[in-house]
Amino acid sequence: MTAGKIMSLSEAVGTFIRDGAHISFGGFTINRQPMAVAYEIIRQGIKDLHVYMHSGGQALDPLVGAGCVRAVEIAYGGNGRFAPTCVRFRKAVQSGQIMVEDYTNYQMTMRFWAGAMGVPFAPVTSSIGTDIVKKWGFPRDFRRNQERVPDQKLVIVDNPFQKDVKEKVVLVPAINPDVTIIHVQKATPQGTARIEGLTFADVEQAKAAQYVIVTCEELVPPEELRAEPDRNQIPFFIVDAVVLLPYGAHPTACYGYYDYDAKHLNYYREIASNDDDFKRYLDEYIYGVKGHQGYLDKIGREALSEIKADRRFGYALGLQRRG
Amino acid sequence: MEYTPREMMAVAAAREIKDGEIVFCGTGLPLVAAMAAKLIYAPNSIIFFETGAIDSQLMEIPLSVADPRVMYRTCVNAGLAEAFGIMQNPFTGPKTVAILGAAQIDIYGNINSTCIGDYWKPQVRFPGSGGGCDAGSFAGRTIIFVKHEKRRFVPRLDYLTTPGYLDGPDGRVRAGYKRGSPRCVITDMALMRFDPETKRMYLDKYYPGITPKQVQNNIGFSIDVSRASQMDPPLERELRILREKVDPQRLILG
Repeated sequence: MTAGKIMSLSEAVGTFIRDGAHISFGGFTINRQPMAVAYEIIRQGIKDLHVYMHSGGQALDPLVGAGCVRAVEIAYGGNGRFAPTCVRFRKAVQSGQIMVEDYTNYQMTMRFWAGAMGVPFAPVTSSIGTDIVKKWGFPRDFRRNQERVPDQKLVIVDNPFQKDVKEKVVLVPAINPDVTIIHVQKATPQGTARIEGLTFADVEQAKAAQYVIVTCEELVPPEELRAEPDRNQIPFFIVDAVVLLPYGAHPTACYGYYDYDAKHLNYYREIASNDDDFKRYLDEYIYGVKGHQGYLDKIGREALSEIKADRRFGYALGLQRRG
Repeated sequence: MEYTPREMMAVAAAREIKDGEIVFCGTGLPLVAAMAAKLIYAPNSIIFFETGAIDSQLMEIPLSVADPRVMYRTCVNAGLAEAFGIMQNPFTGPKTVAILGAAQIDIYGNINSTCIGDYWKPQVRFPGSGGGCDAGSFAGRTIIFVKHEKRRFVPRLDYLTTPGYLDGPDGRVRAGYKRGSPRCVITDMALMRFDPETKRMYLDKYYPGITPKQVQNNIGFSIDVSRASQMDPPLERELRILREKVDPQRLILG
């Protein structure tokens, strides 16, 4: 059970992610997105994915652009200052290439939480009176015909515990993806994982999924993580694949290890706005390289050393970040 | 002392943050304003981010709420659930002020950050709510940044992403919200507030060099300008802090 979890990138993706799978990616816009896995999904030509994210940024965009995605349930498709709206995401929504269901970041987080806790929905109090409640993105028959997608986007009820004033509560449905992919700083061969810095909703996303792929900067012996268990978040038995992938979140950041690659993110935004340039990008950085190592060779040692984090700060001090 | 419209906007917003407030911050100018406020007017304000970074010590300006720079020496590094919990919580929520951006805004301070045109076949798609709708629903007050253009100040939003006063007085109460209201709208021309009775936007301060007429001409609905006066230009001290401490690389100030 233990030894079997360590996999190569292509093996992990090939084993767990099928055409039409419902998947969720950890990380947040330009931080700790499991980029190497996103690229490998593109390389393997996996199609019709149903993707759940709160703030989907750099991992979502090339997947959408490469035609791997059919539907997304998200709160945000942007990349901070690097792409206020993700470029391929925007094009795909405008052209009707993908279906979108809009929630809020808190709602998506609580949907993962409900999935992790094994309850059918979560109560939240945001979005009443807005178009998030009134306008449903997925067509009605799509919802009806998809076994995994509930008939209702959300439901508003009166708080049953309130004595006098009427208080409304929004119920959002639980998410249980087939696979959640997270990128972490440290993992053991068994799958116990430690996230440094912000956890975002990675822990909820992992626990909500049937299968979990953990990619990590460092593979460490169990004793190392068990010496300080308070700093760990992911118990080994929920993890199905462990893939050692230094710089596996590039060009997004990994707190304590490397910063985001500002040059590459700016470059990506530019090429993504032109269809031919974007195709060339996919050929050059994804299809045309030999796996993750090939990708890193293409990025180059110099670019990687520029973004190396200062251990005291967790990011690259004074990094040139201009557009 | 010379200054740019963006500097005026940042200063105008910084003056709106009260000491001791818990500030929910996006990226860009809102963050510049929050950082400046903490250094000038509100030393006890707390900057936190939806990603879970609580009371960040910002040494360099973050370019996303998930920038590793927000994680440095916080009081707690947590996650999204905890961050939104601060705003939804009955004790800490009323003390929070959220600074938000908007693609479109209406007279009641409702915000669109989702799309232009038909939602199902949008002419232009934007990123979507993110945590904006949650912040507009939960926070005690909101401060909204918008570019001062007619196409952004519209009689009717193409998509209502984040609730302001919804359809006017009592709109929020009738919808079932327990609190929350827009404090002001800050543009590159002026600062607008909301009438306590009608909850409609009115012009409070126009920037030096701008006339109330210009403000109205670039808004797609009619607003009351009768109470307006000129805003004090940025003080030397405010500008110095913006330029030397907050954004010396001018990543956001341009």
